[in-house]
Amino acid sequence: MPLRAKVASSVSRTAAALSRAAGRGDGSVIGGWIGLKIDPDLLAHLSAGRAIALISGTNGKTTTTRLTAAAVGVLGPVATNSLGANMPTGHTSALAKAGNTPYAVLEVDEHYLPQVLEATNARVVALLNLSRDQLDRAKEVSMMAQLWRAALVRHPGVRVVANADDPMVVWAATPPANRSEAVQPAPVTWFSAGQRWRDDSWVCPECGSPIERMADQWWCTGCWLRRPEPQWVVEDDGVVDPAGAWHKVVLQLPGRVNLGNAATALAVAAEFGVRPADAVSRLAGVTSVAGRYAQVVRDGRTIRLLLAKNPASWLEAFDMAEVAPTLLSINARDPDGLDTSWLFDVDFSPLRGRQVLITGDRAFDLAVRLEVNDVPFHHVRTFSDAIASVPPGRLEVIANYTAFQDIRAELNRVN
Amino acid sequence: MSTDRAYPVPAPGGESTLRIVWIYPDLLSTYGDRGNMLILARRAQLRGIPVETIEVRSDQRLPTTADIYLIGGGEDGPQALGAQRLIADGGLHRAVAQGSVVFAVCAGYQLLGGSFFAKGTKCAGLDLLDLHSDRGSTRAVGELAGDIDPRLGLPPLSGFENHGGRTHLGPGVSPLARVTSGIGNEGITEGAWRGKLLGTYAHGPALARNPALADLLLRWATGVHQLPPLDDTWSERLRAERRAALAARA
Repeated sequence: MPLRAKVASSVSRTAAALSRAAGRGDGSVIGGWIGLKIDPDLLAHLSAGRAIALISGTNGKTTTTRLTAAAVGVLGPVATNSLGANMPTGHTSALAKAGNTPYAVLEVDEHYLPQVLEATNARVVALLNLSRDQLDRAKEVSMMAQLWRAALVRHPGVRVVANADDPMVVWAATPPANRSEAVQPAPVTWFSAGQRWRDDSWVCPECGSPIERMADQWWCTGCWLRRPEPQWVVEDDGVVDPAGAWHKVVLQLPGRVNLGNAATALAVAAEFGVRPADAVSRLAGVTSVAGRYAQVVRDGRTIRLLLAKNPASWLEAFDMAEVAPTLLSINARDPDGLDTSWLFDVDFSPLRGRQVLITGDRAFDLAVRLEVNDVPFHHVRTFSDAIASVPPGRLEVIANYTAFQDIRAELNRVN
Repeated sequence: MSTDRAYPVPAPGGESTLRIVWIYPDLLSTYGDRGNMLILARRAQLRGIPVETIEVRSDQRLPTTADIYLIGGGEDGPQALGAQRLIADGGLHRAVAQGSVVFAVCAGYQLLGGSFFAKGTKCAGLDLLDLHSDRGSTRAVGELAGDIDPRLGLPPLSGFENHGGRTHLGPGVSPLARVTSGIGNEGITEGAWRGKLLGTYAHGPALARNPALADLLLRWATGVHQLPPLDDTWSERLRAERRAALAARA
């Protein structure tokens, strides 16, 4: 590593430690920010000599990154940005902090995937899904698929592990070069992680024709795009590997969506030579991820935190939540996106019959939505009021990003 | 059209059911656009008006006898495709000629005009409203508010906009509102209306924040002068909260 990179790396670690000591943050961003100021190529320098996997997509990337890091851990120490700091500053901090590890598994914000792929020269990239998210700011879904596709064309050597159930992902993972005779990159490894949210993939990104679906299958009515045969599949409470062997997966994390995330993690780890039979037991060690799925007992209530940032992840959260009193909290600050229109893309009817409480900066947007959805609710001003409003027992909390962080702070930054 | 009637209200055409068509949700549904259909249906049902909602995909024929047609927002590609298919179908033109109500937001609003720009190309619109759209130098993203044309008798418009277009109105339409916050058509006026056609840049579930606008569309569709009031406590709180947020920013 060049001297400048060494200095930058050291300063970066110190700044992160200072940030944590001062109680200003968890240090997952500030260290990388300072390091990159000193050496703009620091991420590339820190990546050199490591076998790296990048995990990207609209939803599930933090959890899948954690599961993948656990699985790859079979082989040795793994650097990872497990706090969800998923832009280059976060990657730089994570690698600087970890020191010399042979492996790294990095969660990557979907907008930054081309840049991070370039800087890290990753060996594997996992593409989870693409759906609408933060509409006032994010690139629209088809533009994001185009961005990924162009990046993969520039990196024909990277191994791609991708979700066969999401037409936008399949299109992004199948750039023209992959279908020509001239360039023969490694074939894509497909996994099936399901796609509960389908409203962003009714129109073919290749030709604009309608996409048809039947059971698990989907195909474009106008061109070649169709669901590839996945090599990794969720079956019952386990995962089937490409050899056809079924592995029972025991997770501490709720919901079928996390079984899909586990399948993805095993598929990515297999690209590094990890046998699924050796990795499955490690997946059970992942309990909560930066507060997601965390359980806290407070005043006789067992509170579970579920993060739901966009329509697709709300549907997942309803699937994971138990039939119990439920607090919904909505903000629309910068990290959340300022536009609350998406509330009408979510069908809240699964909550009918549960005691529903609402709070957050934009609780009134939610109130209007729930009224139209025939879901009775009560508005509470604070998290304490919410706890006081439900009987002892379970309280499910579903919140979007900053609302989630607010509640997590009330619970002493539970992890 | 201006007689008071007893309830339940028969819809035009002698049928007793109010028919609401959502045009091409497979192409034009980006910002919770479903909300407008849900809100109209609910506000009609609460008045005892039976409602049928019909989602028409872009590979299906558009029914010509519905009472209200809704068009949502979308990306450039789907917007251009949607316009082509609506022109080829011809159904919306026939429905409008028969007096149906049209409520269009964002990309859907643009395609009601003579022309709009998508992916850098000028595209033909449906020519149902005397307006045309081109690209602005900046994207208009944020809260949108304005004082609505007094002839419509509505409280101020409240919404959220996110578009790169600028829309220029001809003499054949009236602006829906005068902008007090945001960009709308071009920073001064917002939206447009003529007869029973109304378009706005307040995207997605615009009617969630503007229940009085939803009721105007229902009055146009049913011919009923005055609808029984509904409990709009939560909409009113939402409107007040948004007003306060804008005032705090100013």
